[in-house]
Formats: sequence, structure tokens, C-alpha cells
Amino acid sequence: MSEKRSGCARPTGAIVGETAVQDEQQEKPAEEKKMLIARVGNKAPDFEAPAYYRGEFTSVKLSDFLGKWVLICFYPGDFTFV
Amino acid sequence: MSAVAANYDKLQELGVEVISVSVDSQFVHKMWNDQELSKMAGKDIPFHMASDGPGNVGKVYGVYDEEAGVELRGRFIIDPDGVIQAMEVLTPPVGRQMSETIRQIQAFQHVRATKGAEACPAGWTPGKKTLKPGPALVGNVWKEWDPLKDH
Repeated sequence: MSEKRSGCARPTGAIVGETAVQDEQQEKPAEEKKMLIARVGNKAPDFEAPAYYRGEFTSVKLSDFLGKWVLICFYPGDFTFV
Repeated sequence: MSAVAANYDKLQELGVEVISVSVDSQFVHKMWNDQELSKMAGKDIPFHMASDGPGNVGKVYGVYDEEAGVELRGRFIIDPDGVIQAMEVLTPPVGRQMSETIRQIQAFQHVRATKGAEACPAGWTPGKKTLKPGPALVGNVWKEWDPLKDH
């Protein structure tokens, strides 16, 4: 796994399996952007984020796993108690 | 997260890729794996531990707590087409039940394998009775499925 430059985690602005129209979105003020919200029965909002994976600092992108089942678990923080 | 790691073999058997997400950096993820999680799970964390410092990902998934600056316990099951099939969100003090997550994945996989011809009633686990939705079943579920015996 190649080491990637680490930036901030960001939604790609697209749903899984589609290409984001980045340029158009960036021209609009933030509040005019169509906000994708996760809901059951809908395609998941795609994102790419810096990650730690099996000893390497990498980047993980949800849409790379199209064709597989994916479990995403959000949690409050490392070194917390539950 | 150690519970997810401990159940990872089962998840792999089901062909499930796991991504964990918190606001901690990937560097802290490494330290947490090395110092604590690997000891709890009996092995290194085998899945992607993503870092969502600004909460950007959590916001579009509706699980970022702006006031506390952390993610809530949000769990999403996504199918091979990228469709969210299940979500569960808990406030921080209570943990998830992995066996329930696995049961839901198995049920959604079963429904998908039958192309939606079968549905999994409450409490369904592999091998238990499914229902075949259609006109003939309307008003007749009580004949097909007993909530005490089949649950």
C-alpha cells in the first residue's frame, strides 16, 4: 500500500458510484451546495479520508469498495471507554 | 472497536469490508491499535481506521455532534451497489451489539440473494423461516409465521 499525502477527510460530493461535479460545486457559496444526507434505501454519500490500515498510513475511499458489502462504524474517540 | 476486530473473521467470511471513523488522526489510531486495541482484540486492527478530524464525513452521515466535536456511534450497512441498507445511531455511553450487526448483514444478504423474493421477519437468523411477500400473503402472515415459535 503506497503512502498517500494526508489531507482532511472530505465527502467527495457524489454518491457512491458517481462522479462528483467538483468545479461547479466549488463555484457556489457553501449554503447553496446540495447537501447529501445519508438515509436508508439511498446511495451512500461517498468520501475519502486519511486512514491507518495494517501498519501503514493510507487513504480510504468508500467507492473503492463498490461491489462489496461495507460496514461503517463511527465512534466518539480513540482511547475512550466503551 | 475492539469488538468489531474480534468479530472480523466472521465479517470477512460474509465478504464485508470495514471502515471505522472518528475525529482522531491516523497517527492516534496507530497508537490506539498498538497500545490498547490489539491487546483487547488479540490482534492488530485488521480494517481501515479513517480520520475525520473536521467531522466532514460525519456531517453528511448525520452523526457528527457539533457541540462536542465528536462522532456519535453511527453504524451503517452498505450493499454492493452502494445503497445504505441499515443504520443505527447511539449516543456515546452505550456500545453496539456486534451479533445484531452480523444478523442484519446476513438478513440483507439473504434478501439480496433471493432478489427480494423473500423477506426476513423479526428476529430472523439464517435457517429460520422467511416470508414471500405477494398478494397471497396479505392477511395470512399469521398462518405462516408465529411470533413466539418462529421468532
